[in-house]
Amino acid sequence: MENLISLKEIVKVYEMGEESLYALHGVSLDIKKNEYVGIMGPSGSGKSTLMNIIGCLDTPTSGEYFLNNKNVSEMFDDELAEIRNKEIGFVFQTFNLLPRSDALHNVELPLIYSGLTKRERIRKAEEALTNVGLADRMKHKPNELSGGQRQRVALARALVNDPSIILADEPTGNLDTKTGEEIMALFEELSNKGNTIIVVTHEEDIAKHTKRIVKMRDGLVCEDRIK
Amino acid sequence: MNFLLELKENIIISYKAIIANKMRSVLATLGIVIGITAVTLMQTAIEGINRAFESSIASIGTDVLYIQKFEWFGREDFEVYRNRKDITLQHFNFLKRFAQTSASMCPTQGTLKTLQFQNLTLEDVFIIGTTDEYQTTFGTNIDDGRFFTTRESEGGYPVCVIGMDVKNAFFENVNPIGKYIKVGTHTFKVIGVVEKQGSLLGLFSLDNRIIIPIQRFVKLFGTRRSISINVKAADINNIEETKEEITSIMRKARKLKPGMRNDFGINQQEAFQQTYDQLTFLIKAIGLIITSLSLIVGSVGIANIMFVSVKERTKEIGIRKAIGARRKTILFQFLIESSLICLLGGLIGLAIAFPISLVIDAFVLPTVMPLWIVILGIFISVMFGLLAGFFPAYSGAKMDPVESLRYE
Repeated sequence: MENLISLKEIVKVYEMGEESLYALHGVSLDIKKNEYVGIMGPSGSGKSTLMNIIGCLDTPTSGEYFLNNKNVSEMFDDELAEIRNKEIGFVFQTFNLLPRSDALHNVELPLIYSGLTKRERIRKAEEALTNVGLADRMKHKPNELSGGQRQRVALARALVNDPSIILADEPTGNLDTKTGEEIMALFEELSNKGNTIIVVTHEEDIAKHTKRIVKMRDGLVCEDRIK
Repeated sequence: MNFLLELKENIIISYKAIIANKMRSVLATLGIVIGITAVTLMQTAIEGINRAFESSIASIGTDVLYIQKFEWFGREDFEVYRNRKDITLQHFNFLKRFAQTSASMCPTQGTLKTLQFQNLTLEDVFIIGTTDEYQTTFGTNIDDGRFFTTRESEGGYPVCVIGMDVKNAFFENVNPIGKYIKVGTHTFKVIGVVEKQGSLLGLFSLDNRIIIPIQRFVKLFGTRRSISINVKAADINNIEETKEEITSIMRKARKLKPGMRNDFGINQQEAFQQTYDQLTFLIKAIGLIITSLSLIVGSVGIANIMFVSVKERTKEIGIRKAIGARRKTILFQFLIESSLICLLGGLIGLAIAFPISLVIDAFVLPTVMPLWIVILGIFISVMFGLLAGFFPAYSGAKMDPVESLRYE
């Protein structure tokens, strides 16, 4: 099967004044469609940097990144924005919803940027919210929702544009264990439906849900294990 | 399509942001409010002055040429004009005999005198000496009675046509026709009243005057002054032709040799209009510069508050970028916010200026806020909003998504 994500010798250097800080030392990694991958590692291991690069929020200093056979590492800001909009669905630890907008509008937002009509947007956003079990919470603002519900809204937003990858950064970090398990169950369901999911975490409990674990240390992949 | 969608979305976001910071938005826009109030009131006042001017200048007549010793708005030294020979009734008679492109013409001469009727007196009334053709030359309308006839004019009869101010002062509840008034020490019979003329530039009244036959005027008040010969062109479209004819006849009358410069002026309303236009253009331009200073100060305030707004919403910018917002989407979001704030300021400014313009209209000078200034005011405030918002919006648009997502 063809690679959905192909990272070749990715190096990321941060210039901190005089010093150069190597966040990634040359990471190569291939991820196929419908994989469910956990990226693990202690803080400072470069897993967040790697996630930002996979998510097209950041570009590598050197190395090549192919997403769906497109060389993303050479793209400019606005092209990357389009890739993020169409190909990637983010789920963040702190949910990152717009506080002044209700659940429906939050989920609708990516569709606005991809230029869908109002009717189409509402239909898709409602469907996505229903799929995560929030059919009765669409008109609620984030501060009127519980943590678990907020993460479901974020998940609905990530899914609404049918992305190639769902990229989750510590998705249960701000949730209690029970709610966290519920969210992980949702991820499992999505994986079974054929979605490609990458979860970045430092919790073994969370990583055990995934089907492949990539461990990072000092800016390098130190272990890559398929269960 | 895509652009319109984003525009609509941006307007909603901006509206929400402004509502969420009501007080801050209103305070930020105060400078724009004051600026727009000043700009519109200034232009409204100028509009009023223009209207006053237009109505006064109408009394001069567009098709009338004034042959005088002086030139209106002449560029030469005063001495040059003063040393010219006076223009006399002989010149008038000469002109009258030869001019063919004029509809009518009359000489005028004026002086200030005190009027008396029974025990009432009126000081500094303008006495005009002229002929019966005055009426056709200037198109003067008679409110009551009649103008004097050719016979009365040539014979120098002691008759007068009075202005509205004189009528109001002397004959409030009395029919003035047939009454006798004293001009200085001389008695005149009132035979008519001129329709109300208004005032010239709102400065002095055109109704505080009486008109008498010039023959009488010369006899009583002397001939030492230079007169004005007023010629109404036969056809306003050929007024230049009339001007040329008058010039050549006058040069003969004044015995000027070829090559000698004219020693008289042919004045026209146009000269007035041109000078006035130059003057008001200057006033408008200076007024606009001064009033836009407050707009500039206002937009600095807007720029400041927009920087705060962008900084505050760094995280939001990060989220939007993460889910696919382009640079220009973010740029427009903040540009729209700043122009909406300024538009709000502009509308408040207009809402303040409009009642003030009504007060000016009622108590100071008749005017009305022109529609174009309302449209211009709205346009200017939006422009200043875009201008003030550009740098803050640009700084938001080029934020790095990773860093802005990390911002708390």
